Amino acid sequence: MLVSILPLAGLGTLLGFLLGVASRVLYVERSDLAQEIEALLPGTQCGQCGNPSCGAAAEAAAAGELPPAFCPPGGRAVAEAVAAKLGLSLDLASLVEERPRLAEINEDLCIGCTRCYKVCPTDAIAGAAKQMHVVFADACTACGKCEEVCPTECIRLVVVTETLQSWAWNQPSL
Amino acid sequence: MFSPKLRGGVHPPGHKELSNASPIRLAPLAERLYLSLQQHLGAPATPIVKVGERVRKGQLVASSQGAISAPIHAPTSGVVRALAEHTAPHPSGLPVLVITLEPDGREEWDPSLTPLSDPLALPPEELCLRVGSAGIVGLGGATFPAAVKLISSLQRGVDTLILNGGECEPYLSCDDRLMREEPEHIIQGALLMQHAVQARRVVIGIEDNKPQALAAMRRAAEGQGVEIRSVPSRYPMGSEKQLVQLLTGIELPAMSRAADSGVLMHNVATARAVYQAIYLGRPLISRIVTLSGQALTHQGNWEVPLGTPASYLINYASGFNCAPARLIMGGPMMGIQLPDLNVPVIKGTSGILALTREEINSDEPGPCVRCASCVRACPMGLQPLEMAANIRNGDFEKARSLGLNDCVGCGACSYICPASLPLVHLFNYAKGELANRQREARKMEKTRVLAQRREERVTRQAREREELMAARRAAAARKAAEEEEAAGEESPS
Repeated sequence: MLVSILPLAGLGTLLGFLLGVASRVLYVERSDLAQEIEALLPGTQCGQCGNPSCGAAAEAAAAGELPPAFCPPGGRAVAEAVAAKLGLSLDLASLVEERPRLAEINEDLCIGCTRCYKVCPTDAIAGAAKQMHVVFADACTACGKCEEVCPTECIRLVVVTETLQSWAWNQPSL
Repeated sequence: MFSPKLRGGVHPPGHKELSNASPIRLAPLAERLYLSLQQHLGAPATPIVKVGERVRKGQLVASSQGAISAPIHAPTSGVVRALAEHTAPHPSGLPVLVITLEPDGREEWDPSLTPLSDPLALPPEELCLRVGSAGIVGLGGATFPAAVKLISSLQRGVDTLILNGGECEPYLSCDDRLMREEPEHIIQGALLMQHAVQARRVVIGIEDNKPQALAAMRRAAEGQGVEIRSVPSRYPMGSEKQLVQLLTGIELPAMSRAADSGVLMHNVATARAVYQAIYLGRPLISRIVTLSGQALTHQGNWEVPLGTPASYLINYASGFNCAPARLIMGGPMMGIQLPDLNVPVIKGTSGILALTREEINSDEPGPCVRCASCVRACPMGLQPLEMAANIRNGDFEKARSLGLNDCVGCGACSYICPASLPLVHLFNYAKGELANRQREARKMEKTRVLAQRREERVTRQAREREELMAARRAAAARKAAEEEEAAGEESPS
C-alpha cells in the first residue's frame, strides 16, 4: 500500500512546491490600471465628478467605486473607453448627452479682476489686470472653474450655437 | 463580349421626359438676388462690397478665403442693398450670410473682364488660376472649388480627364439639354482643362438614356482628340467612383482624391463654365436649373442668375398645379428636402423638384427583415443592413470597420428597402458622430498638453518664489546681524 501512497504524495508535494516557486519567479507585473484610466480622462482636474483630481477619480474607477460614465466633460467617448478598459457594460441611458458648452465672457460686465484666468486649468483665458479678458474657444474644456470665481458673473458656460460648419445629422427616430 | 456593368445600383423611373423636351430658357431677374457667401465646399467667401455700393455684372463681390474657397461675382448690375442672414439651402435650415443685390435692369458688364483669343498658349498654372478667379466650382452638385482640383491634379500629374455627362438622378435634365445645345462649348472647356492639368487623354461618359446628347457630343468631338463613351443608364452611374471604374477600371480608395489615382473628373456644366470664363472672360454668375415634378404646372430647364429666390423662379414658371407633397433641391435620391421655397439658387442647385404624394414614398419605416435587397443594390459592395443594425445599437466603430467611410450616400439602399428604412440618414448620422468624436479626441489631446504645461509652470513659479523668499530672508537676516554688530560696537560706553 505504501508503494501507491508515497509516490503520489511525493509527486503532489513536488508539484505543489514547483507551482509555488513559479508563482513567485514567473509573476506577471499587473500594469497600473489606474494610470491607464487616467490617460483616458481629460486631465483638467475640473472636479465635476466629485473627486479632487483626475488621478483620484481614476484610482476610484480602477477600484470599482465609480460607474464608467463618471466624467461629464468626457461625454460618451470617454465613458465608452473607460467601460472598455474595465470590461464593464455601459448603461447608455444613464448618460445625459448634454449639448457642448464653452465659457464666454460678457464684455459689458468684465472688470478685469484676473481671478478667472488664474484658475483656468488649460490657460484658455487671456487677460491682465484691468484689461478685458477673452476665452480661447479651442482651449476651453467647459470645466466651470472660472464661472465659480467670477465676482460679476460675467463669464458663463453657454451652449455652443450651431453653425453651418458645426451642424451634423441627428439620429433618425426608428 | 464583356459589356461593362455597374455593380449593384437601382433603376428608378427617370421621369426625364417631363423636362428634357424643351430648350433651355433664360430666367428673368428677380427683384432681389440673394448671393450666399457659402456656395462651395470650404471656407465661406468674404464680402468686399459695402451696402449702398453700385456693382457691375460679373464684378467681384466676395473674395475667397484660404486654400479651399471660391470667390463670388455679381450676377447682374445693380446696388448692394444688404449684408444679412438668410435661410441657407441646406438640410439644417440654418442661416447663412448673403449679399442682397437689387438689379437695376441695365445688365452692364464689368469693363475689366476681357476674353482671351488663344488660351491654350498660356502656361497651365495660369489657366488654373483664371478658373479660380472666375469662381468656378463643381456644378455637378458637390461644388468643390474647381481651381483647387485642377492645381492639385497638375502637381500630382493625372493621366485621364473624365467629363461626367451621366446625370443619373431622376427628373434632372440640365446636363442633357446643355450637351444637346452647347456641345462645342463643352468640348472647348474640356480641352482647356486638359491643357490646365496636362492630361494625356480626355473621355466623356454619357448615359445611354440620352441618345440626342450622345449624337450631338460625338459630332462636336470629331477631330478634337476627345473620346465620347456611352455608359449604361443605371443609378448611380454618374457617381465619381462608379464612372471612373467603368471608364478606366481604376477603383478609387475611400477618403482619397481621384487625382491620387491619376484621374480627374469634372461635370460637363463645369467644363462649359470654364469655356465661358476663359474664352469669353465671364465669371460664374448663372447656372442651368431643372424645374420638375408633377406638382409643377410647367417643367423645363432654365438658365438662372445665382441668388434668384426659388419661389420667384417657380412662380415665373407658372407655379404649382397642386400642393406639393415634397420640395427638393437637387435630385430625389441625394438632394436636400426644402421646408419652403424661401431659399436662393446657388452654384450647386442642379434642380428644384415639387413632387406629388404619388411620386414620393411616405411610408413609415418598418422592421428590417434582413432581405438583403440593400446589399444587392449597394454600388460600393457594402452591407447596409449590418451597418444600420450596428448604428442603431450605438456601435459606430463596428459600422466603420464594415466600411462606412466607403459609403457615397447615393441612396440606392434606401430606395430599394421594402421596409422604407432611412438607411442613408442613419449612415450620415453615424459619419457625423465619428467625425465629432475624432474632433473631440484631438481637442482633448491638446487641452491635456495645455493642462500639463500649466501645472509645470505653476510649480516652477512657486519654486522660484520660494527661492526668492529664502534669498530675501537670508539677506534680511544678514543685514539684521550686521546692524546688531554695529549697534553692539557703539553702545557700550
